[in-house]
Amino acid sequence: MEFFERFMIPHPSFLIYVSMVLIVLVSVALVAVITYFKLWGYLWREWITTVDHKKIGIMYLLMALLMLFRGGVDAIMLRYQLSMPENTFLDAQHYNEVFTTHGVVMILFMAMPFITFFFNYLVPLQIGARDVAFPRLNNLSFWLFFMGAMLFNLSFVVGGSPDAGWTSYFPLADNEFSTSVGTNYYMIAIQIAGIGTLMTGINFITTIMKMRAPGMTLFKMPMFTWSALIANLIIVFAFPVLTVALAMGTMDRLFDTKFFAIGNGGMDMLWANLFWVWGHPEVYILILPAFGIFSEVISTFARRNLYGYKSMVWSMIVISVFAFTVWTHHFFTMGQGAFTNSIFSITTMAIAVPTGVKIFNWLFTLYKGKIEFTTPMLYAVHFIPLFTLGGVTGVMLAMSAADYQYHNTMFLVAHFHNVIIPGVVYAMLAGFTFYWPKMFGFMLNEKIGKATVWVMSTGFLLAFMPMYITGLDGQARRMYTYSESTGFSTLNMVSFVGAGIMAVSFIMLVWNIWYSFKNSPRNIGSDPWDARGLEWATHTPIPAYNFAITPDVTDSTSEAFWDMKKKGTQIFKGEIKKIHMPNYSGVPFIMSCGFFLLGFSLIFSMWIPAIVGLIVILAGMAHRSFEKDHGYYIPEEDVKATEKQYEKRGAK
Amino acid sequence: MKVNFKGTLLASIVFGTLLLGGCDSLLVLDPKGPQAEVQANDTMMLIFMMSGIVLAVFAMLIFMLVKYRASKQSPDYEPPHIHGHWLVETICIGIPIIIVIFLGVRSIGSNYLVESAPDAYKEEEPLVIYASSSDWKWHFSYPEQGIETVNYLYIPANRNIEFKLYSYGPITSFWIPQLGGQKYAMADMVTTLHLAADEVGEYWGRNANFAGAGTAEQTFDVTALTQDEFDEWVDEVKDTAEPLTEQKFEELLEPGHLGRSTYTGTHLEFSPAPEHNHGSSDSDTMDHENMDMENMNHENMDQNEHGDHQDTEHEDHSSH
Repeated sequence: MEFFERFMIPHPSFLIYVSMVLIVLVSVALVAVITYFKLWGYLWREWITTVDHKKIGIMYLLMALLMLFRGGVDAIMLRYQLSMPENTFLDAQHYNEVFTTHGVVMILFMAMPFITFFFNYLVPLQIGARDVAFPRLNNLSFWLFFMGAMLFNLSFVVGGSPDAGWTSYFPLADNEFSTSVGTNYYMIAIQIAGIGTLMTGINFITTIMKMRAPGMTLFKMPMFTWSALIANLIIVFAFPVLTVALAMGTMDRLFDTKFFAIGNGGMDMLWANLFWVWGHPEVYILILPAFGIFSEVISTFARRNLYGYKSMVWSMIVISVFAFTVWTHHFFTMGQGAFTNSIFSITTMAIAVPTGVKIFNWLFTLYKGKIEFTTPMLYAVHFIPLFTLGGVTGVMLAMSAADYQYHNTMFLVAHFHNVIIPGVVYAMLAGFTFYWPKMFGFMLNEKIGKATVWVMSTGFLLAFMPMYITGLDGQARRMYTYSESTGFSTLNMVSFVGAGIMAVSFIMLVWNIWYSFKNSPRNIGSDPWDARGLEWATHTPIPAYNFAITPDVTDSTSEAFWDMKKKGTQIFKGEIKKIHMPNYSGVPFIMSCGFFLLGFSLIFSMWIPAIVGLIVILAGMAHRSFEKDHGYYIPEEDVKATEKQYEKRGAK
Repeated sequence: MKVNFKGTLLASIVFGTLLLGGCDSLLVLDPKGPQAEVQANDTMMLIFMMSGIVLAVFAMLIFMLVKYRASKQSPDYEPPHIHGHWLVETICIGIPIIIVIFLGVRSIGSNYLVESAPDAYKEEEPLVIYASSSDWKWHFSYPEQGIETVNYLYIPANRNIEFKLYSYGPITSFWIPQLGGQKYAMADMVTTLHLAADEVGEYWGRNANFAGAGTAEQTFDVTALTQDEFDEWVDEVKDTAEPLTEQKFEELLEPGHLGRSTYTGTHLEFSPAPEHNHGSSDSDTMDHENMDMENMNHENMDQNEHGDHQDTEHEDHSSH
């Protein structure tokens, strides 16, 4: 009995029991449906073992939407709890768990897979490649991410959720103050997902550096690919810091080392520094690809080339360097004194310069354009003013002396949601709508889509503008309750209403997918938006090999497809030949299961299953080392036959 | 589309006026001390300046969207291919750089202001108060007066207060919004926060940094009195309060919430503040006058008899 006690939730509630039941029911239903339709083999052959960057991308997308739902439910619960003073919907412990998981899920398990979806889906298409540089590693990246995310979500029903904030500051996160296994979940689940992300970084840098189409010099790459390159460079520099910090934190929790704990030379400030040395670049990892998506969308629907291509690129490079020089602004109040704060205050403000350049460039891209307000463009048009608002409040927070008053308040909460939602989330949804027809062969309904944007922005403003005000009125963040006398209640109620409206916009998004799936015409060709980039030069749906003939962009600009349409520039030169493709493999999935087992066992300090998990991982690596896998060829006739089919369909 | 633009504009105006209109009553913008005033002035300056930037971007965006939207142009209009222009791009980089330089200079100035004792009350030596947090309370030790309070703070108005902050647990943040911004209290380092109250009155303070289940209620009351009233209060405490024993203090440290309580003597005598300060608080070392005062205070603090205890502690720290 004692063995099973550790898996109990230390602080259960009715809501958690309901979710347990729901999780069990949904899992049983899922297994039943898959078994009934005999889909296990299909799932294994076509998805679990796939190395196709497009399929892996779509799996990332699914995870991102799923986690958006989970994080969104968390958000609604938080806002409802605060909508009334002295509300008893959640108690302190549950509130703490919910805001911790909300932060981790939204940043690491929603935003990260969303951008990784775009890396996967778009980068090979934009550079005219057939897949990524290390296709099997890509599969492993996804499954590691998946296992990390699942492990983290498991904490909710087995053993207890982490409750020390998504920043998990020590000594609060140490055993002395966080007694449940929740923070073990945090340390280990993020570690596993983080290893996957690190591999993604290496994979995409290599892909972009080595696999570009003939003639595609660096300064001819589409803007999204540039943003992906820089974001992945930041990943490779920043994530090892997280890996090390989490490893030290894990040892503190499992083996009572004293890296960050109180006493025996432990330094709590070291965790804060390491966390933010990773954490700040992390937000640029999210925002730069978002900028890339907006650049694609804005130039497409302004029907003009992107203004200031070179300054766009250079501003991203400058941002990526500055990203590593500002981490201290997350704790101006830690007592490092006026001199240090002044330096980091200035480096932080300096980031506003390259970001401002980008805003101006987007505005000038509209100049003399022929602007069409499609759904993706509407996201972009809402992004510019809302993001500017978030950006300038960021400059306010960068004034370190004044930040003493904003730090740890709702003002800060309003600021980072104001950059992440209009910045990252809007970009992801714009790109999602923009590339949907490329992925699935039909358009999402424009009317519902545009309404979604307006509803979302209304909800956003109502949810987050009040926080700026209550923050300046002294409402601290992460507090589960407040008294009537503080006067925060009206604005917090407005905030809750706003969050509710945002939830409606999410439902509209899902409904749009269903509605369009039912009603949208399927015969839309491969270029429904009259787009510009090389990714649109493929067929819809995209064949496994992407391009029958490797494109040659020697004579084109960064908008190869546009040049082809308008100037008749040839990009497909030469004959169709047999195509070399990588083999699918189940080993990465099995290895990832090993990681899951290892992680889960470490969380509960169960050493024997941990060793078994480790052996599975090592065996997978050994297997790979001795395996001779040279891929396979799609014969010339097959490629020609496929191409002919597309032609026929196009003629119809 | 036109209605929508107006809607956006209207919404932003409404929010703008809400933000600016409510300013007087917001705590951070209603300062009662010189430090908070520096921060409130910076905040107001920033709000106006940033509003200007936001409005400029709004104006440009609306101009572009109205003028260049497809429905206003002939169907065969073909937008030109435009590369960047050096002058335009220089302006786009130049204006933000000028803004950043201006704000940077202002930021440095404000940093040194909030990190040192306020000038207004510099003639008189500051009152030193050790503010330490434990789950989820605040302990205020007045070493010069030899008294200690829990969860409430009496301070003389119109006099500089030098708070020495540290924690018996997770990182907390000591914050009295109307007197000035917050600073962390940590287990392995003492941080210094200079505050002063311009007016006699009641304020509130809290731990602003999440530190576990009881953080929301980790608040305290601040009462600013005249110097005479303050001295009277100190005498009264000395006459009436119980002495703070080591055992009593251990009880106080137990996690939970407590009401106010008052003691004679301070816990500094048997449980001194962490010695280490990791070579920081450079504002203290830069301001010589201030440093001298601090040294004096340390002597006054009657801690010499516990010197040996501290030394061993210090050795423990430096031995690794």
